[in-house]
Amino acid sequence: MSPVMTTESLFSAQFEAFIREKEDRSPAWLQRVRQMAFNRFQQMGFPTMEDEEWRFTPIHPITDTDFVPASAAPVAITVGQLEPFQFAGMEYSQIVFVNGRYSPELTCLHPLPKGVQVGSLAAHLSDDPDTADTYLARFAAQDTHAFAALNTAFMDDGAFVYIPRSVVVEEPIRLLFVSATENAPTVSHPRVLVVAGANSRCSLIESYVGVQRDVYLTNAVTEIVVGENAVVDHYKTQRESMDAYHVSYTHAQLSRNANFRSHSITLGGGLVRNDVYALLNGEGIDCTLNGLYLVNGRRLVDNHTTLDHARPHCSSHQIYKGVLDEHGRGVFNGKIYVRQDAQKTDAKQTNQALLLSDNAQINTKPQLEIFADDVKCTHGATVGQLDADQLFYLRARGIDREDARSLLIHAFAMDILDRIQIEALRRALDEVMLAQLPKPH
Amino acid sequence: MLEIRNLRARVEGKEILKGINLTVNAGEVHAIMGPNGSGKSTLARVIAGHEDYEVTEGEVLYNGVNLLEMEPEERAQEGIFLAFQYPVEIPGVNNSYFLKAALNAIRKHRGQEELDAMEFLALVREKMKLLEMDNTLLQRPVNEGFSGGEKKRNEIFQMSVLEPKLALLDETDSGLDIDALKIVANGVNSLRSPERAFVVVTHYQRLLNYIVPDIVHVMADGRIVRSGGKELALELEEKGYGWIEETEKAALVNA
Repeated sequence: MSPVMTTESLFSAQFEAFIREKEDRSPAWLQRVRQMAFNRFQQMGFPTMEDEEWRFTPIHPITDTDFVPASAAPVAITVGQLEPFQFAGMEYSQIVFVNGRYSPELTCLHPLPKGVQVGSLAAHLSDDPDTADTYLARFAAQDTHAFAALNTAFMDDGAFVYIPRSVVVEEPIRLLFVSATENAPTVSHPRVLVVAGANSRCSLIESYVGVQRDVYLTNAVTEIVVGENAVVDHYKTQRESMDAYHVSYTHAQLSRNANFRSHSITLGGGLVRNDVYALLNGEGIDCTLNGLYLVNGRRLVDNHTTLDHARPHCSSHQIYKGVLDEHGRGVFNGKIYVRQDAQKTDAKQTNQALLLSDNAQINTKPQLEIFADDVKCTHGATVGQLDADQLFYLRARGIDREDARSLLIHAFAMDILDRIQIEALRRALDEVMLAQLPKPH
Repeated sequence: MLEIRNLRARVEGKEILKGINLTVNAGEVHAIMGPNGSGKSTLARVIAGHEDYEVTEGEVLYNGVNLLEMEPEERAQEGIFLAFQYPVEIPGVNNSYFLKAALNAIRKHRGQEELDAMEFLALVREKMKLLEMDNTLLQRPVNEGFSGGEKKRNEIFQMSVLEPKLALLDETDSGLDIDALKIVANGVNSLRSPERAFVVVTHYQRLLNYIVPDIVHVMADGRIVRSGGKELALELEEKGYGWIEETEKAALVNA
C-alpha cells in the first residue's frame, strides 16, 4: 500500500468516529454536508505531483505522517505564551482558538457595535443553525480541492463573524489560531465564516501561530462574504512552527461595488500551501490580493491565487513577493479569469521573487484566461538576485556589504508591508520580519 | 594623497585603462577630460572599487596604503567618495535612513561617536540649504523618481554630509542646466580645503568655469596624454578632442 492510501484510511477512521460523535448534536443538514464532503475527498484522494495544481509541491511530508485529531489532544496555553504574537500600539478584539477549538479564557472581545457577532462557529452552529446553513460551505471549493473537502468533512469549530448591514467596526477583529502539540503530531481543521453586510466596513486579522517547534497540520478554510458596497480589509498572518504544515483555502465572495483588500503574510510553516479565490460577482468591485512570504532552510511556500472576474467594470490588483534563502522553495500560481460578461475589467498582477542563494528555487506561473474582448489585463514576473548596482552604490557610501544586503532585502519585502493600512500591524510585522531576514554577520 | 602608477584595468576582457599615472595631492583639484570611451569614468570607478573592473597591472596608493586591496566600503570609510555618473534608484530605502547609515558607518570607522536622529537632522538641514534641496527629498526613497538634475544634486548633497578627503566627480555636470550647475559647483567649492582633494571627470569645459581646477589632464584611449594648467581646458574647448588625437598620432609617427 502506498503511504497516500494509509493516510486516507487514517482519515476515514477519524471521520467515522467524528460523524458518529456528532450524530445527536449537529443538525441533519450539517451532517449531510460533512458526509458529502468526505465522500468527495475519498473520490479525489490527496493530490500528487501529477496534478497540475500541485506540480511543484510534494505533500508526502503530510501524507507520511500519522496525525491524531487535535481535539483529542488538548493542551493548555497561557496568555503569556501568546504575548510574542500580539501587536503593540493598537486596540483590537481577539478571539482565540487552541488547536482549532474556541478558547473562552484566552478570548478578549471589546464592546462591538450593535448586532455584530464575533464568536465560535461551533456555538453558532448550535444556536443559529439556519443562518449558518445559508452561508456555510456554500462557496469553498470542497468539490475540487481535497484539503478543502477534508476541512468541510471535519468542520466543527472555528470563527464566525457577522457584521450587519451599514455597520462600521472601527477596531480590527483578530482571529487567532494557536497550535501546540505534546506527543503525537496533530491535525486541526479550523473553519472561518465571515459575513459582512451591505455598506458595512471592517478589518480582520486572521492569524495562525505555533508556540513551539512542533509538527502538526493546520488545514484551514475561510469563507468571506462581502455584501454590496461593503469594505473589508483582511490580513492573514501566518507564523506557524517552522516544522508545521499549513494548508489553507480562502474564498472571498464579493458583491457589487464591494472593496476587498487581502494581504497574506507567510513567515512560518515548513510546508505551506495557500489558495485564495476571489469571485468578483457584481459590477464595480475593487479587489486587492497581496502577499509576502519568506522561506529558508528546506521550507516550501506555495501560493495559488485566483481572481475570477465574472461581471463588468471591476478592477483587481495583485502583488506577491517572496524572499528565498538557503534551500527554500517557492511556488506562485496566479490565475485571472475574465468571463465573457466581464467587459471593462482592469486586472493587474505582479509577482517577484528574490533569490538569495544558488540553492533557492521558485516556480512561478501567471495564468490568464480571458473571454471578454474589452479588458485591460497585465501580468509580470521577475525572479532575481540583489541588484549589483544598488549594492555597489550603498557600499561606495561606506555601508558594509552585509548591511547593504540586509537593507536591500528589507526594502524589497517592505514594499508589501507598506501596503498594510493598519500602522501598528505593519510595524509589528516588520519587526518579526526583520528578525527572520538574513542578518549581517 | 593619491598615487596611481601604470594602472591597467579591463572589463569583460576588454582593456580600458592602459597605463595610467597620476598623482593627486591634498588641496588640489584635478580635472580629467577626454572624449567618450577614453576611460575617464572607468578610472573613477576603479578608484572607488567597482567590482566589474579587473585591475591587471599597476598600483594605486592612497595615503601610502594599497587601495586595490580594500573593499569599496573601506575606501569610503577611509574618505573616498564617488559622485556617480548615473546614481542608481533604490526603491524602499529611505534617503535619510540611508545617509544616516552611511555617515555613521564612516564616523564609526573614524572612531567618532555615531550621530543620533536629532543631530543627524540638524546637520542635514544645513547641507540641504546649501544645495537648495527640497526637504521632502529626505523622506523619499534613494533617487527614486528624482529628475536627472535632482539625482546629481543629491550626490553632491551626500558628499557634503559625508565630508570625504578625496572626492571623485564622475560627469556630475552632464544633464544639468546652468542654474543647477552653479548650485552643484557652489556645493563643491564650499568643501574645497587644504586637506581635501577633488578629481573632476568631465566631458565639457563648462563645469570648470565654476570649479576651477589646479591641473587638467586629457585622456585618450586609456592613457593620460596631456596634463597642464586650467588653460588646457580652454584650449581643448576651442580646438576640440580631434586636436589631441591628431597630436597623439603625430607624436607616435615621430617616435
